[in-house]
Amino acid sequence: MVMTFVFAFFVGGIICAIGQLLMDVGKLTPGHTLSTLVVIGAILDGMGLYEPLIDFAGAGATVPITSFGNSLTHGALAEAERHGLVGVLTGMFEVTSSGISAAIVFGFIGALLFKPKGNVD
Amino acid sequence: MEKEQYQQLEQNVTPKPPYFKNVAKAFIVGGLICTIGQAVSLFYIIFFNFTEATAGNPTVATMVFFAMILTGFGLYKKIGQFAGAGSAVPVTGFGNAVISAAIEHRSEGLVLGVGGNIFKLAGSVVLFGVVSAFFVALIKYILVTIGVVSW
Amino acid sequence: MVIVFQSKPSLIAAGVVAGPLEKRSIFSQHFDATYDDERWQMKTNEQGHRKMVEEACEFAMKKAGVKNKDIDYFMGGDLVNQMTPTNFAARDLEIPFIGLFSACATSISSVIIASLLTEVGAANFSLAGASSQHNAVERQFRYPIDYGSQKPQTAQWTVTAAGYALIGKHQEEYPSIEAATVGKSVDYGMDDPFHMGAAMAPAAFQTIQSHLEQRNQKIYHYDLILTGDLGQLGLKLLKGMFVENGIKSEELKPLRDAGAEFYGQDEAFQSGASGAGCSAAVFFSYVIQQMRAGTYKRVLLVATGALLSPLTFQQGETIPCTAHAIEITMR
Repeated sequence: MVMTFVFAFFVGGIICAIGQLLMDVGKLTPGHTLSTLVVIGAILDGMGLYEPLIDFAGAGATVPITSFGNSLTHGALAEAERHGLVGVLTGMFEVTSSGISAAIVFGFIGALLFKPKGNVD
Repeated sequence: MEKEQYQQLEQNVTPKPPYFKNVAKAFIVGGLICTIGQAVSLFYIIFFNFTEATAGNPTVATMVFFAMILTGFGLYKKIGQFAGAGSAVPVTGFGNAVISAAIEHRSEGLVLGVGGNIFKLAGSVVLFGVVSAFFVALIKYILVTIGVVSW
Repeated sequence: MVIVFQSKPSLIAAGVVAGPLEKRSIFSQHFDATYDDERWQMKTNEQGHRKMVEEACEFAMKKAGVKNKDIDYFMGGDLVNQMTPTNFAARDLEIPFIGLFSACATSISSVIIASLLTEVGAANFSLAGASSQHNAVERQFRYPIDYGSQKPQTAQWTVTAAGYALIGKHQEEYPSIEAATVGKSVDYGMDDPFHMGAAMAPAAFQTIQSHLEQRNQKIYHYDLILTGDLGQLGLKLLKGMFVENGIKSEELKPLRDAGAEFYGQDEAFQSGASGAGCSAAVFFSYVIQQMRAGTYKRVLLVATGALLSPLTFQQGETIPCTAHAIEITMR
């Protein structure tokens, strides 16, 4: 049990460290960096490598943005296996909706509740 | 002074980012956020009868909720300045990108302001996630159909 | 070509108003007012920005004992698209209005135009200056205010401040504008919007060099050569350019930067302050007051500006910059 937490910390940390290197050394903007990581997540799932990572590291693999690419691909692949080519389009958002829905809903609520504040520390 | 000469001077004077420190901070904060996510997952499994497979959904939603609170009170940007990718890469960073844009554009109204700008920062993640998933699945489908790999 | 003002228009008064964070500025005691609410009790940042411009102008007019109807021209600009805060302030001030965009160099470009109008006898009194509001500028040029991006050490903080000067015919007891140099748009291939100092330093160098050459002056003729917002790194680069041109670094003592000094040594602000309001706030409070107190007799104010937009960055363009200078003396 404790080990799951350790692995979650470690794997999550590594993925973020890779992101930081993309930003600092690769001089990518946050948008470019996150898009790159999402694509990597999608490719890893295509190769069947992301699900084992989730089994190993739990939230360390599901919380980083790479898991977004993974779950979109996973959904697409599952549906394609069941229903053929059209499944590639229909399956994508089956597994992923909570992240995006939550972001939109809380974004809306946030916009109603909060105002931007230009503080520095 | 010539352009090349100036660019050389600029390279000499401009400090490089503290690579090691930044990566270490990103690693620690990113790891911590994922550990919190793990705890949230466990909470849903124990108290709400989710399984390991299905706990991912409420976990992500909860993490985004935390991001809303931290963003709204102006705390997420302080974490972001410290942690860089450590706070941008987890799904809380995605939440922060959406929520900060929504909060910012409230002054232009809910429809044109919030609605029109909410995906200003996060849109590229959604776009590239969907497009790459499409191509990966398509390629795999083709490979399966011609018999090179199996599902 | 350098502009020499035979009639020596005077900087009769000035108003500088700043926001809550600017209370932390080392120059804050020279400002006329600093407010606790960055939106000036208005609903949006842009409306607060407008209010700030109006208040700065009110201070300047009050100190000179003139009213809106006595002012011939209101000249200025800001960094918001189409300069709407300044346009809307002009609506409320009801003074003939010329909007000017030189990015963060607007504080001086507006004074140059005002001085020219005074010189040819077309103006008795003009208001000239610039302003910026942090939230309004950041959301336009960079990211939403609450977004957790990580700013590098080369970044600068856009100040929330407005500075407006009242220019009029020559009067002995006020600082006089003797000469001015209009800068070119200079591009040395810098492309990082988080490192504006590097983009603007060559423009400042060219303008200062041109002014000194045309006026037959050297750096030591000045008590102070103050650039607007190069920041700590930009100032280092500017000094480096002078050194590579044969000037010894001891001779560069009069060379300072308002943005680099604005927030003191506070690291939270990375390389220093920037924004159209930065140069305006420091030039039209600290410098003018020091001149009237006799500390500085001859000053060169060089406002620097980066002429980019968020779109040009996305389209992969580099950042052309400009710098405008005025030479002010005090008897």
